[in-house]
Amino acid sequence: MRRSLQYLGFTAFSLVLLMSLALHARSVRAHADAGLNRQSALVKSLQLTDLCLTTEARYTRHPSLADRHAAYQDHPLSLEHFPSGSLIMPPPHLREVQ
Amino acid sequence: MNRSLERHLNILDFTLSSLSRRKGKNLSLLAIYLLVVFILASLVFFVTALKREAGMILQDAPDIVVQRLVAGRQDLVPATSVAEIAAIRGVTAVRSRLWGYYYDGLIGANYTVMADDATAAVGQAVIGAGISKARNLAVGDLLPLITYQKNPLMLEIKSVLPAGADLMAADLIVIAPDDFRALFNFPVNMATDLAISVRNPKEIGTIAAKIVELFPEARPVLKSEIQRTYQSLFDWRGGMTVVILASAMLSFIIFAWDKATGLSAEERREIGILKSIGWETGDVLLLKFWEGIVISLTAFLMGVVLAYGHVFFLSAPIFAQALKGWSVIYPRFQLIPVVDALQLSVLFFLTVVPYTTATVIPCWRAATTDPDAAMRS
Repeated sequence: MRRSLQYLGFTAFSLVLLMSLALHARSVRAHADAGLNRQSALVKSLQLTDLCLTTEARYTRHPSLADRHAAYQDHPLSLEHFPSGSLIMPPPHLREVQ
Repeated sequence: MNRSLERHLNILDFTLSSLSRRKGKNLSLLAIYLLVVFILASLVFFVTALKREAGMILQDAPDIVVQRLVAGRQDLVPATSVAEIAAIRGVTAVRSRLWGYYYDGLIGANYTVMADDATAAVGQAVIGAGISKARNLAVGDLLPLITYQKNPLMLEIKSVLPAGADLMAADLIVIAPDDFRALFNFPVNMATDLAISVRNPKEIGTIAAKIVELFPEARPVLKSEIQRTYQSLFDWRGGMTVVILASAMLSFIIFAWDKATGLSAEERREIGILKSIGWETGDVLLLKFWEGIVISLTAFLMGVVLAYGHVFFLSAPIFAQALKGWSVIYPRFQLIPVVDALQLSVLFFLTVVPYTTATVIPCWRAATTDPDAAMRS
């Protein structure tokens, strides 16, 4: 078979694969409602406020409830020393001037 | 077969032969290109799915959380303020939340401990799947904790929250309020903060203002602020996200610069020979166009497919490792897949188009010169 046809066949296969991933995503989403409802019920019953993305520092475990000084509480000039602190941005309501 | 299609197929055949002649260089170029697209697409998938899930789950978060600040730090809230806040018109419920952090010296993990008498009776605990896994605990086992007065507190595990709830509760221990007070030597008639329910969502801001008027040291955090926290969590302008983006952009600039600053002597000679045996300038440009497309489109398609597998089938081990940091307990990111066509289109135009353009432009300069000069240069 010609190389060009082989390449076009491979590209067509990759495109079909990409589109099938979109269909996969849609199908998983249709079946994921039960899990989300369970999590929402937990949030409602315990009045939770934050996602458990990381547990190393309290201001990245509960970023929405962190205060302005949480990251630098040990010393006014202390540098951020938790890896997740460099990944998770402070919440917008702390960054905005009020 | 259509003459134009046959022409494209012939040129594509020649392009693929030409690329395979410099197999080592082109394969390494493809690998690096693919890696850059993979990282960018993984980031897009991860952040989009996480934001969507956070948005849906946190719809049931408290309307207002009221904290008390003392000298810039969060302090305990007196239970007496509950009645005063409940008396504000529009407030339907005020709940004292008792929660805090417990450091488990045995495995070096931090737990979030929360009191809820409806979930756990005295002497019982409901734990997150992350704790169950880290401490190898099952229902009926005893969870030993050390109180702040250095006494052991043995809690029977009533249930383990499903692993599907990891994103909210991997590190959560829910115990009875009495056990909570015993564990932390927590003063009676005090709460960590207050969760407030409001009848009309439009009045949340007004009620928050009234609370601040009533208690100047109070700091209300609104539900919209909690939700916005997660919508801007991995902000494009901050933290490691900007490092990843900058690395990717720099890589593309290097690719484009390499292509746009000129052709290698071998490529010039090839163009000269093609022109001298009768190829038109348009044919040469088409050849280079296909060369750019073969590399960039293959890298894009494979990179996006691999990124989807990385984030949604393998639970994003690269990003999870970065988020994990020093955490001992961390969730498994079983995210619900989202494919955003708009974001993928932007990624396509940022990756495939500039590279293909940068491939064609220098070639146009070489292809419009005299074949003899091109071969001699």
